[in-house]
Amino acid sequence: MKHLRSIEELDAAGILSLLELTDHMVEINARPIPKVPALRGKNVVNIFFEDSTRTRLSFETAAKRLSADVMTFSVGTSSVNKGESLRDTIETVQAMGVDAFVIRHKSSGVPWQISNWTDASVINAGDGWHQHPTQALLDCYTIRQALGRKGGFEGLRIAIVGDIKHSRVARSDVQAFAALGAHVTLVAPPTLLPPSIAGWPVETSQDLDSLVGKVDVLYLLRMQRERMSEALIPSLREYTDRFGLTADRARRLGDSTLVMHPGPMNRGVEIAVDPSELPGNVIIQQVANGVAVRMAVLFQLLGQGDSLA
Amino acid sequence: MSQTNAASAPPDGGVFHVRSTVLSADDIRRAITRIAHEIIEHNRGLDGVVIVGLQRGGTWIANRLGEAIATIEPLANVPVGSLDASFHRDDFGLRPVVPGSVSDIPAHLDGATVVLVDDVLFTGRTVRAALEALNDYGRPRSVQLAVIVDRGHRELPIRPDYVGKNLPTRRDEDVRVSPEGVVIGDHS
Repeated sequence: MKHLRSIEELDAAGILSLLELTDHMVEINARPIPKVPALRGKNVVNIFFEDSTRTRLSFETAAKRLSADVMTFSVGTSSVNKGESLRDTIETVQAMGVDAFVIRHKSSGVPWQISNWTDASVINAGDGWHQHPTQALLDCYTIRQALGRKGGFEGLRIAIVGDIKHSRVARSDVQAFAALGAHVTLVAPPTLLPPSIAGWPVETSQDLDSLVGKVDVLYLLRMQRERMSEALIPSLREYTDRFGLTADRARRLGDSTLVMHPGPMNRGVEIAVDPSELPGNVIIQQVANGVAVRMAVLFQLLGQGDSLA
Repeated sequence: MSQTNAASAPPDGGVFHVRSTVLSADDIRRAITRIAHEIIEHNRGLDGVVIVGLQRGGTWIANRLGEAIATIEPLANVPVGSLDASFHRDDFGLRPVVPGSVSDIPAHLDGATVVLVDDVLFTGRTVRAALEALNDYGRPRSVQLAVIVDRGHRELPIRPDYVGKNLPTRRDEDVRVSPEGVVIGDHS
């Protein structure tokens, strides 16, 4: 595997083997000195054209724990502001010697475009509404860990609730969860579903109440107000009423129902209770696992060098 | 051990052909018991001793060594762990990380006497990686090395403290250690 641009670049066996590699990384992160020399001399460049806290810091931490060198490129203070094109920017950075680009961009497909311009590995850290493969992997790892599902998700029921239309997390998660055998239901008002979900391995519903208590995982998406140019919902308050995790719905959740969220949370909108009071809350584990999963991805792409023979 | 049983596909491809059996299962049992005595004698007891098997070939030997020590000194409680040195290797291409071989260090290593255990000592590169990996867990007072077979051809200044058998080999030969015995053979 050279790039990780989409979760579709992995089959079920590929996902499971990355999750097994992640077990090793979790153990490294638990050591008194959580740093190994595996990627010494490799150079990883984070290029984030969109805001991010956890993904950027998570990739940076992951690269450092494997002893790679990290350059983080902040678009706000770069020559992009002087009108330098994406291609020129990439080729300029590439000339300094880069083994992997970690890219976030507001336009779908940019990671593919970049992989045409460079010999380095390209990791998609989110492109528009399209894909966020490392988020899907860390979500899979979190479920596997919390529910002890090492072999896959056969028979597991997962509801993904909220703004599916604008969500790259939902697109990647649906593919990864379904590849591992889970039964996925998308719960959203019709205006927040993509124009066509023909071919998606999912069911849809507008009735969250009928699913609460019946699913193993309740995955809440963030209401992406920055991507909402049109009035897709009557009001946030009505949204919370019908699709938010309210105190009433929280009471009806089973103790073993996992509650997940990719962050950042809009408290009072998609989640109207204190998540730390929910027995199945694994939102913080998602963040912790994010570092380990990204270590596994970086090691998979950069650490399996040619045979010395 | 029969020819057919041993001619299984090795992880790096090709077929392994057994040429001769060097140690029997009984020989290995006796070697482990002797090494257990030597560890106790050399360290004048078992204070602070931690047995750490190298993933993956050394883990079962470390467990057997732990059992042998417990038989000799029933009151000493010697922790037995395992160490995956994959991420400290200098030759990732040669030895892929094997899933399911996650490290498990059950004791604090600061001030401990660590006995690293592996099946075969060859170039010494695995041991080098393991020494480096151990540093992530603390600063042992000393580190000793126990192996079932020392087959020579060292590429680094590393020597074992406890040896089951010194076995002169050709570089291109392969040595396999299992609870059933030690065999020497070739790839084809």
